[in-house]
Amino acid sequence: MGDSTSATDEAGDDAPAVPDIDLPGDAFDAVLDALADREAGDPLRFEGFSVARDEDAEFVLDGGDRRTGLSERDLHAALDERAPAVTDWYAFERVVGEFGPRRAFVRWIEDADGETVAARYAALAAGVERAWGELKITATVTDRGERRYDVRHADDAGVPVDDLDAHDDPLDARDLVTLDEKGRYRPLKTAPSLAGGWVFPDLGPRDLYETVETIYPATVANWHREREGNLDVNHWRETMERQSGIYGVVKTWDRGEGHEHVNWVAEACCDDSQCLKRREWGYDEDTDLDVDGGDGVFPCREPCSVVVSAARKWTRLESEQPRTYEFDLTPSEKEQVEDIIDAVADGRTDEIREADTKEGANRYRTRFLRAKLFDDEGNLGGVPTDADEE
Amino acid sequence: MQSLVIVAHGSHLNPESSAPTYDHADTIRATGAFDEVRTGFWKEEPHFREVLRTVEGDEVYVVPLFVSEGYFTEQVIPRELRLDGWDVSEWGSDGLSADQATLVAEDIDREVHYCGPVGTHRAMTDVIVRRAESVTDDPDVGDDFGLAVVGHGTERNENSAKAIEYHADRIAERDRFDEVKALYMDEEPEVDDLPEHFESDDVVLVPLFIADGYHTQEDIPEDVGLCEDHTEGYDVPETVDGTRIWYAGAVGTEPLMADVVLERAADAGASLGTALDDVRETTRVATGD
Ligand code: SF4
Repeated sequence: MGDSTSATDEAGDDAPAVPDIDLPGDAFDAVLDALADREAGDPLRFEGFSVARDEDAEFVLDGGDRRTGLSERDLHAALDERAPAVTDWYAFERVVGEFGPRRAFVRWIEDADGETVAARYAALAAGVERAWGELKITATVTDRGERRYDVRHADDAGVPVDDLDAHDDPLDARDLVTLDEKGRYRPLKTAPSLAGGWVFPDLGPRDLYETVETIYPATVANWHREREGNLDVNHWRETMERQSGIYGVVKTWDRGEGHEHVNWVAEACCDDSQCLKRREWGYDEDTDLDVDGGDGVFPCREPCSVVVSAARKWTRLESEQPRTYEFDLTPSEKEQVEDIIDAVADGRTDEIREADTKEGANRYRTRFLRAKLFDDEGNLGGVPTDADEE
Repeated sequence: MQSLVIVAHGSHLNPESSAPTYDHADTIRATGAFDEVRTGFWKEEPHFREVLRTVEGDEVYVVPLFVSEGYFTEQVIPRELRLDGWDVSEWGSDGLSADQATLVAEDIDREVHYCGPVGTHRAMTDVIVRRAESVTDDPDVGDDFGLAVVGHGTERNENSAKAIEYHADRIAERDRFDEVKALYMDEEPEVDDLPEHFESDDVVLVPLFIADGYHTQEDIPEDVGLCEDHTEGYDVPETVDGTRIWYAGAVGTEPLMADVVLERAADAGASLGTALDDVRETTRVATGD
């Protein structure tokens, strides 16, 4: 093993040390294969140096001082001294591969486009942490230069692996995302309702990508497009115009009278409390919405199917004309109705304790209100919904 | 690199809806015939709109897990996948014969092979028979048995009835079951009157649906009289008006469905090695020895 740790000595005593890395056989073989695929003299580049094959099937190493006439054995020794750079090349060129979203994501995890190999290996040795939605991803490096990843719910940070359900197959994640912690179906995978209690403690880079894409489908793909500057955003108008069949009706909700209704939709569904995607779509190309799109890492490029389905319902409901209903409420009753709406909208009805009658949305309080204000047909204030029903 | 993309309806309400899609994808993955197998949905994620951008391969086969040709396979899926220049005439189909169309998907600027739905493939006939074997736990079921293939009628989609008739006719030609009938949920002959349509004491009822959900778990069992209310459940078989009805639930949950997905991709040019044989073997009903 070469003394590849010397690079950090200059960086000061506090900087984490670059770990000792042994050059694994598969990485060395991959270098030989890559050189065999190249013309003699065409160098294979690593951080800080390059290697080429010469006409006599010997090797040339160029990294400041040029060394020629190296045998395969010499080359191995030279590369072993530079094992961090070689294993870094191997990790991205041979293990992660070319596929854009996967490559960008795994490189982003360790800031491979911003930091040197030495700095990254030192950081990985200590553990590099990243957040993705509700996930906490911790990247480390083995003494063979291989990346390993721990993926878990952020709420389970610091919990020993043995105390969590451990998985190694990315497809297992399909079952982890189906239900929330109360056992309710999650129709929107990016809702902040991911249950915890599980861990993928030891994934390779490809399985890391697959796991994240299973938990939050297509989020890496869209994040990657956005970073490349070509996220294809489809705004509300064009998305509604495209709908057909039972959803065709949604286009009639846009009447050219402003986009307040779409603000309400976004506030209802796309707020960070409801969905972790950062909404990038607006009303149309020229008109942003007036509500916050959120701070998520990954973008939302068009109204999703949950929003389109809800919009279908609202299109029908919002075609009704308001009417005046007259009945009396005490000031506390008015506030209680507001409390109930808030509690349902914020999903906190089951946090309200049974005997906590200070809460307007308390069950006893609400049952009392119903007992007092509803008639036998369930009409609030005894007033029928349709006047002709009287 | 060869990729398979299975596209299905999915649901905002019912987690069972996507289960068969995942199961068949897993069966196909295990054969190793494709470098990657992806799934995309209309009501789940990744959505049809975004599934292709998760695909790495350059030979992409898209197979719709739908029972018939119609609104979804002809309009929704091609539109949402952004298949450039799609026109239903690309399939040149009579409602049953859609095979494949090769078009550029604008989303990824690569060609994809857009296949016909699984439900109209001839191999689907075998899945219906296999479903009858599974529910009776008898790999030789047929003698003294009737078979009812059930689906929506023409009201929702004229091709839906065509697919049901097509398979019922093919099974009848095999002379395996004493009687084979196509029955419908919203037109004559109606599944509600099932015992009137059969002389056999035992009838297997196979709904031509991809996933279990409202239609197969609530609608049909109640209409047929297997139970008053679906929440009570029912036995298999359950006797209604003197006929023992073996209710199979959605045919799409039968493991052999993976075979039809593969057949669709093979018809469109995918090279599968021994995958078809492997799937037929691993999904067989045990002979009980
Ligand atoms: S449309 Fe709104 S709710 Fe749907 S995925 Fe985008 S941000 Fe989330």
